[in-house]
Amino acid sequence: MKFKEIADIVLKASPAEQTEVVVNYQDASLTRFANNTIHQNVTERNVQIGVRAVIGKRVGIANGNDARQEGLEQLVRTAYDLAKLSPENPEFPGLPSPKPVISINAFDQRTAECSPRDRAERVGVVCRKAHSAGLMGAGSMRTVWSGWGVANSNGVFAECRTSMADITTVIMGENSSGWAQQSANRIDDIDIESIADEAVRKARIGANPVDYQPGEYSVVLDSYATANILAMLALDGMSAMSFQEERSWLYGRIGQQVMAESVTIADDGLDASGLPLPFDFEGMPKKRVAIVDRGVAESPVYDTLTAGRGKVETTGHAMPPSASERYGPLPMNLFLKTGASSVDDMIRSTKTGLYITRFWYTRPVHPRDAVITGMTRDGTYVIRDGEIAYPVKSLRFTQSYVEALKNVELIGSTPRLQWEEFFTFSVPAIKIGQFRFTGSTR
Amino acid sequence: MKDLASRALNFAAMRGVRYADIRIVESREQVACVKNGNVDAVGDAQTEGFGVRVLIDNSWGFASSATLEADEIDRVTELALAIARASALVPGERVDLGSPVTSNGKYTTPIEIDPFSISMEEKLSLLFKADEIIRRKKGVKVSEGNVLSARHNKTFANTEGAFLEQTLFETGGSIAATAVADEEIQIRSHPNSFRYQGSAGWEYIRKADLAGNAERIADEAVALLSAEKCPSKETSLILGSSQLALQIHESCGHPTELDRVFGTEAAYAGRSFLTVDKRNNFRYGSEIVNLTAESVRATGLGTFGWDDEGIPASSTPLVRNGEFVGYLMSREAASKLGLVSNGCMRASSWNRIPLIRMTNISLEAGDWTLDDMIADTDDGIFIDTNRSWSIDDMRLNFQFGTEIGWEIKNGKRGRMLKNCTYAGITPDFWKSCDAIANRDHWIMWGTPNCGKGEPGQTIGTGHGAAPARFRNVKVGVFR
Repeated sequence: MKFKEIADIVLKASPAEQTEVVVNYQDASLTRFANNTIHQNVTERNVQIGVRAVIGKRVGIANGNDARQEGLEQLVRTAYDLAKLSPENPEFPGLPSPKPVISINAFDQRTAECSPRDRAERVGVVCRKAHSAGLMGAGSMRTVWSGWGVANSNGVFAECRTSMADITTVIMGENSSGWAQQSANRIDDIDIESIADEAVRKARIGANPVDYQPGEYSVVLDSYATANILAMLALDGMSAMSFQEERSWLYGRIGQQVMAESVTIADDGLDASGLPLPFDFEGMPKKRVAIVDRGVAESPVYDTLTAGRGKVETTGHAMPPSASERYGPLPMNLFLKTGASSVDDMIRSTKTGLYITRFWYTRPVHPRDAVITGMTRDGTYVIRDGEIAYPVKSLRFTQSYVEALKNVELIGSTPRLQWEEFFTFSVPAIKIGQFRFTGSTR
Repeated sequence: MKDLASRALNFAAMRGVRYADIRIVESREQVACVKNGNVDAVGDAQTEGFGVRVLIDNSWGFASSATLEADEIDRVTELALAIARASALVPGERVDLGSPVTSNGKYTTPIEIDPFSISMEEKLSLLFKADEIIRRKKGVKVSEGNVLSARHNKTFANTEGAFLEQTLFETGGSIAATAVADEEIQIRSHPNSFRYQGSAGWEYIRKADLAGNAERIADEAVALLSAEKCPSKETSLILGSSQLALQIHESCGHPTELDRVFGTEAAYAGRSFLTVDKRNNFRYGSEIVNLTAESVRATGLGTFGWDDEGIPASSTPLVRNGEFVGYLMSREAASKLGLVSNGCMRASSWNRIPLIRMTNISLEAGDWTLDDMIADTDDGIFIDTNRSWSIDDMRLNFQFGTEIGWEIKNGKRGRMLKNCTYAGITPDFWKSCDAIANRDHWIMWGTPNCGKGEPGQTIGTGHGAAPARFRNVKVGVFR
């Protein structure tokens, strides 16, 4: 059933004062490999439908995946019944009214139609390269096409189609590993050979790592580690919800120079170099939001609820209606403005430091200062006198990510697009003057 | 359901599969959330669909769909076959599933009160009562509470003759108070920081006494703002049972997953230091440490009748008297070691394949009372309720933070401590365990948010634990 038909059925069936329907069709496939073989290979076809029924300031949410008429009518009844039972929420501003949404081209037919055989052949390139190097390859290749639609009884109606392809791989030697990832709208934009080569190279130069004393060091971070910094800063404080609850690292710092002048972080759901989606899950147009501009803290992102509280306009960052996952608004398309350096430049400029592939299992320790702990993974190397000297075992860090970005010395010129669940990141490598390591592993 | 299941299996069998199974799953989850005196969300989510898994020669394929109709069964099964054939382009070792699984039967989670029989008004009333008590406390910025009720109807059938029907219930809830002052944020939760959740009915929430603990957590959250920071030193550490449950989850549960050991989770969740040469040949902990995987224990989130390969629920030792002795296994992984699966294959829903997952991984109770354990500690800290957690991809180097702690001096619990963290290396840490509290202190906790696999799967696991003491632990990693 097409989105328009679903929207018509839901809005017609609803006895509520206001009703919203959010639909996500998805055809998602993933080919997973390990030990240089495909061991898991899956596909899924689903439709997720969310209905918000509103009676005055009472709101009920129902989610389901039955797109037949009787299923949709049942979903409406459930949402309406829950709204009737729910006490009023005086802060609820009502469902939004329509705003113009631009159309974007984020769908690639070839990606949408990618066959299991096509994915297997691409994955086979990685496995063969790993095998030839005497290494073990693991990872996954994902192709997804999605249909998105939002409509409400105030006249909001927005829909679009998107596609996405993503490859991740970790190539392992006896005591080392290397990582590479690339995401794109179009599967043909993914350079599988260079992804495999990058991970193989990292695994090779990482062989026989030694222990390294924790302490404070200069670090050169590959774009994968940079993406983690933005992800944790986003979860820990780029939402107006955490900002209004005074849990955000942005709270109390708006207008202040909190990071290096070279650091500009923006969320832009319309930028075609990312994985764009022109509207949010309330059907509001996405706006570019400068979260940090030239090091100055600027703004979190808003949906209509938090915008009402903050007496500002929504920035188009609402998440899907869900009673169990209540993150508030989130930035889903994050960009770190590029600089002029290469990774080689960064390493050459470092007397003593560490070159780090990526961070792993990062968790907040103190949210207000965005203090995060985590491990390095899949390649940590000592830099001596401007060159990679030798590999070391993974290190644990406990570090404020805000402080880290205050100490940015160089920013890479080449962004890499990386998809991770809710988020996409377009970020380059960076060099940070001081980074605190608090432990090491075996 | 039986007709649809048979259709898929016959379709696959006629096309020459070595093995096929189908899972048809219908799930319902109802949530009520209250924040700062308002309803934050009330919702009801349902999902239904089926997944077909096939093995052709030594290659797997899996396809799934939300449309439970005969034509779609055929399309999806055909697609699973095509995917398995594509997998064969990058072939691996021979797949041995061991002996055929022919289980037949029905299972329903034993519950006293169906959580869906409780009205939404009653659920919200319970939350508002606790919320109102929390908000009375000056200094509390955010008061929140939630309750969840879930039911999963699962049908499983395979080409070996198994046919199983299960209805699994889950009930959970928690409250939390967040206090903010200047640059400081402190939070206290009850009963746990992750939702307190179990395979149980509404009686589980009534026993949790949310309102009865609201004043305490509000007081503690505000008191933490002016409490002393956890000192940085090596000392004796007593972990409360909810924090110990997560310690077990991360440092015993995950490394004993045999798929991690074989490298099939290497690119995402990671691997394990518990390599196959270590089974029956590695000191994991001190002699008093006994860890068990048990999918039969009441109220655990990993309790069921059969796993998603049709293997019956069981109890398996993982660590006995400190020695590492066992893994969490699937049919395929167990065969590689010449063993039989202990029933740990679980899928989060119809659209995901089963993976080796924790069931209920528990630390057996010791013989101490908590009071005696504290009285026996000259210098140390007692901490509880997880606030942050991180562990490396081999499950060796960990660092945890907790909501609250107390200094122990000369056998007495003293002043409150905030921002408590501790770090260690898994076997060193467990080898330093010298006291475990007795059965009276033992609680089956739930971890409802365990993530694994690609595409991602979130599943609930259970962890029984009583407070335990560890010596010479590095605490106060970041002040």
